[in-house]
Amino acid sequence: MFAYLVKRVLSGIVVLFLVSLSIFLLFWFGPSEPAQSICDRETSNRCTPERLEVFRETLGFNNPWYQEYGTFIDGVFTGREIKFSKNTKVYDCEAPCLGISYRTKQDVFDEMKTRMPATLSVALGGATLYLLLGIPIGVAAAKRRGTLADKALVSSFLAISSIPYYLFALLAWLFVTINLQVPVISDTGYFPITDNPGKWASGMLLAWIALGIFGCTQYTRYSRGSMVEVLSEDYIRTAKAKGLPNRTVIYKHGLRSALVPVVTIFGIDFGTLLAGTIFTERIFDIEGIGLWGLEAVYQKDLPVVSATALFGAAILITSNLIVDVIYSVLDPRVRLS
Amino acid sequence: MDDPLLVVEDLTVQFPTEDGVVTAVSNLSYQVELGKTLGIVGESGSGKSVSSMAVLGLHDARSARITGSIRVRGTEVVGMSEAKLRKLRGNEIAMIFQDALAALHPFYRVGGQLAEAYRVHHPSASKRDARRKAIEMLDRVGIPKPDRRVDDFPHQFSGGMRQRAMIAMGLINDPSLLIADEPTTALDVTVQAQILDLLQDLQREFNSAVIIITHDLGVIAEMADDVLVMYAGRAVEYGPCKEIMVHPEMPYTWGLLSSVPDVTSDTSARMIPIPGNPPSLLSPPTGCAFHPRCVHRDKVPGDLCSTTLPELIPGGRGPQHLKRCHLSNSDAIYEAEVLPEIAPDLVEEP
Repeated sequence: MFAYLVKRVLSGIVVLFLVSLSIFLLFWFGPSEPAQSICDRETSNRCTPERLEVFRETLGFNNPWYQEYGTFIDGVFTGREIKFSKNTKVYDCEAPCLGISYRTKQDVFDEMKTRMPATLSVALGGATLYLLLGIPIGVAAAKRRGTLADKALVSSFLAISSIPYYLFALLAWLFVTINLQVPVISDTGYFPITDNPGKWASGMLLAWIALGIFGCTQYTRYSRGSMVEVLSEDYIRTAKAKGLPNRTVIYKHGLRSALVPVVTIFGIDFGTLLAGTIFTERIFDIEGIGLWGLEAVYQKDLPVVSATALFGAAILITSNLIVDVIYSVLDPRVRLS
Repeated sequence: MDDPLLVVEDLTVQFPTEDGVVTAVSNLSYQVELGKTLGIVGESGSGKSVSSMAVLGLHDARSARITGSIRVRGTEVVGMSEAKLRKLRGNEIAMIFQDALAALHPFYRVGGQLAEAYRVHHPSASKRDARRKAIEMLDRVGIPKPDRRVDDFPHQFSGGMRQRAMIAMGLINDPSLLIADEPTTALDVTVQAQILDLLQDLQREFNSAVIIITHDLGVIAEMADDVLVMYAGRAVEYGPCKEIMVHPEMPYTWGLLSSVPDVTSDTSARMIPIPGNPPSLLSPPTGCAFHPRCVHRDKVPGDLCSTTLPELIPGGRGPQHLKRCHLSNSDAIYEAEVLPEIAPDLVEEP
């Protein structure tokens, strides 16, 4: 188990390097001039070819790409100093250095750290809600498979989940904050939990509900399908033939098996949530990673864009590893070696 | 003599589907006494397993319609409440299944599954007692080092050991009736023999009644006291095993006997498959369900076979031996036509 984890972590690091290289090359050889945006910004849109050349030189875009990639990687481990132009300030970017934002001139990694709690709050709250709703509803539907209640539930959930999420979230926001003007929860946004837990929860609540309801329709479908399949297994018949109470048959013998495929989907889903829920954060005005990345794309803030992409990759690799570990806990036949 | 342990009377199991009502078992009657073994034999879909699952009340009340009577020690099982059924299942009546790898839960330790079966019917037993009982039962069914193997998962057992563990789980509460649904089908031939021996030993030790469901007449011949041959949900021949094995009276039973490969007899013995396919249970053939596949139906006058369902009544061989067939001289036909084909060495030279 330990050897397996070490192996997986090492291979995850290799993948991260490859991802960082791809992102780097994408910007280096991409169709847009990487120095253009900083040049435009620093010269108030009076960027001449001569000025651009100065920026290219100081930012290192005139060096070979592998040398600059080396500088970047070196900065991640040891930190580096970054200068945008000859006569501008020198920014000290400490390890792990992912660059300095073109827009805010802040250390990208520091900014990511400050935005992380908001995204984490959205993701954890939303995921908890949709799992707590989705799995029990799915199990209940599977138990009543084929009945009117089951059919009504499946079709109404299908209807909800066929609405695009951004529309669903936007309508929820419009309805609650503009139409009904529900007090307290209409004031959405991220407020640090350490300052005021009540305010934190009320600011997040609408986002959680939107994510929760929307996600729960999918998780109801997954867990219902998985449960229906498991309930027709031979070992469920054995459990019944032993005289076990229905509750034990469904939850101890059924649900544990049914969770395996649900965990797989959740691992990927939760990774995506953590890497930034762009729609949720945009609509409910939560200053998290997703909104940050979105703004960076608008503003051509290259260090931030590449940092969020790298962050997303790291989160997905980690959540896949966690899913595999959970697998081995659920299913003893999966030996991690 | 008391009533037999299990009396099944006029049992009918139907499943309403979108295409119509599937009658999986119709008007089935049989009984089993303590210490005796009933073999139920038939093709896939003949209703063997469905009828036995009804004995445990395992059919979903929403999808199955069950009529008739199943009495265990005089207590009616059909229509019994779920709570009472649970007390019966695994306690008074235990069932073991065909593929032990699929029938044991892959995520739980063998010992845990045995202990769970024990504790559900012995609520006062501690976890340690249940574990000790599990080890004792594993030892009894011949699992080596049971105190260590008790903590294994099913996939760490061999096929034969899994079936042994399954049997141990079935017998852990000392049931008076054990239903074994094709207990040896998924096993190697050598392991099959060991499992059958084990079942016989245990039956003698526990003095329980056993129903063994199989399509293997070899298993029946070795194990059963009585035989029930099923076809399309009905009993077509029922009687003492020795009697039916030597003097079968129903052409379907002849077909089953003919389709057993016999490696011990000389090469002139042939394995003859039964022509055609099992009938649809949605719209079974009129008259005798076997008549479309029966090669002897021209010996019955008129179109009796295709119009009238024969009764399950004693044939020419005493009141114990019941058959559902219009043939009047079946014993003679068997001697003259069937036996020479399937076992020429048994036919005396003229």
